[in-house]
Amino acid sequence: MARAWVYGSGVSTDDIIAGRYLVKHDPRELGRHAMENIDPKFASRVREGDVIVAGRNFGCGSSREQAPIALKAAGISAVVAESFARIFYRNSVNQGLPTLTCPNVRRGFKNGNGVKIDLERGVVRNTTTGKVFKTKPLPEFVLTILRAGGLIPYLKRSVSQARSKS
Amino acid sequence: MTIAEKILARASKRKRISPGEIVEAKIDIAMVHDLTGPLTVDSLREIGVKKVWNPRKIVMVFDHQVPANSIEAAQNHIILREFAENQRIPNFYDVFEGICHEVVPEKGFALPGRLIVGADSHTTTYGAFGCFATGIGSTDMAAVFATGKLWFRVPESMRLIISGKLPRRVMAKDLILRIIGNVGADGATYRSVEFTGPGVRNISMDGRMTLCNMAVEMGAKTGIVPADGVTTRYLKNRAKEPVKPVRGDPGATYLETRAYDVKKLEPQVACPHSVDNVKSVREVEGTEIDQAFLGTCTNGRMEDLEAAARILKGRRVSKRVRMIVAPASREVYTQALERGLIRVFVEAGGLVESPSCAACMGAHVGVLGPGEVCISSSNRNFRGRQGSPESKIYLASPVTVAASAVKGAITDPRDL
Repeated sequence: MARAWVYGSGVSTDDIIAGRYLVKHDPRELGRHAMENIDPKFASRVREGDVIVAGRNFGCGSSREQAPIALKAAGISAVVAESFARIFYRNSVNQGLPTLTCPNVRRGFKNGNGVKIDLERGVVRNTTTGKVFKTKPLPEFVLTILRAGGLIPYLKRSVSQARSKS
Repeated sequence: MTIAEKILARASKRKRISPGEIVEAKIDIAMVHDLTGPLTVDSLREIGVKKVWNPRKIVMVFDHQVPANSIEAAQNHIILREFAENQRIPNFYDVFEGICHEVVPEKGFALPGRLIVGADSHTTTYGAFGCFATGIGSTDMAAVFATGKLWFRVPESMRLIISGKLPRRVMAKDLILRIIGNVGADGATYRSVEFTGPGVRNISMDGRMTLCNMAVEMGAKTGIVPADGVTTRYLKNRAKEPVKPVRGDPGATYLETRAYDVKKLEPQVACPHSVDNVKSVREVEGTEIDQAFLGTCTNGRMEDLEAAARILKGRRVSKRVRMIVAPASREVYTQALERGLIRVFVEAGGLVESPSCAACMGAHVGVLGPGEVCISSSNRNFRGRQGSPESKIYLASPVTVAASAVKGAITDPRDL
């Protein structure tokens, strides 16, 4: 069962992955330092499929694409936040990490609560309390990129499909 | 249409566009640096693209970790040097030239009306020249390198009308900190922020770059100052093509308008750990500091160094403070040498670093230890930004940084 990792507003890209690790290329190594500045235990305790639930302006700051890469490598399957910073949001889609904007979601979760997300319908469920949050679902073209695993796999697939047709 | 809408309309070959629309636009200049470039190159290889769309429109600058401070940083440099050579990228600036957001304007790439993307969030800096400039990630940059195009959501525009003249020892940095304090760290998210009014015409290019640089700290997609005589004077002998300013239409739509009279503005400081936690320097006066950092793409320019040097001349940096000075570029460094500023910094007890991002992001020189406090002329004070998560960063103007370095505690520069 996916568990929620709950954070407040203004989680920056420096919080998600500190500048000192940006020289590293291996996603797993980035994942080992995810959220280190604000939650040093996160990387060792997060489980595959867990979800981050946060307040406003998640991912503010730098354009470093290592931020969604680190979260994904750490095992995070989606980020639900009350709002996102612009570049982080787009980088996450490009990296195949689902990001769902959902008003008032943070107060509906405590650390460790069970969470279930339906991206197509825009539904976030707290399976511990039974509380349900409804929001705008992701647009179809974003879902298509996410299903492919990110923009690069999506482009590769489109290129090979175009080739096999011709 | 606003300036931002006009530039995106031109770049996407549309007559009219309006906020919220998605357009595919042609990119005029694409910039990467040593920390975001390698991921871009990886992605490009993965897609299988052998040749970039136009090597002359790519600008590559090494600035974050220069000269290399680790084997990994050196490897990143090697990857990009080889890429620049293989792709025949003429505008490649190796470790010698300075910070990308100073080098791109200096070399005449930031021109009014252009659409510029950079794999760095502070790409908004170039908006000081009346262009549309925004930060993107490495994957989007790979798409630009491959095709020369990128999709954009046309942003709503927000207008900040500035009037008055900045008082003595109050700088553009104090103005933008005050604005961010009011608007909030996400108050301009997805928007284009236009700085207009007679007050902006009184501000130099260096000051305008400070304003646009920090537009992203309120979430903006771009910050724009309409081009005027100050812009064209800066670009004379730098622009390699005729400068054609773009103006917004009189009836253009703004989602929000705010007015600022800077006549009575006081020195400002952004307190830990968020850029919108802004107070007047008076409110935090006396807070002891361990490090004072003068430099970065926000405030490492000539005007900044000169203003700081006026305070430091004939004075000493407090014994308990390490003052780090990093000129924004080789050009700035050379001018600072000629005008005797470097001597002032060194004699005052400052450490002068080579042109680079230096201490700004805790990945090169001047890293902060647990419990340490830094006053910094940079643009971000997030927890752990300059080193230990238990350190604290106060953001301020170059003169506030210099005055605080002398006193060993946060000091109002008007008192010296």
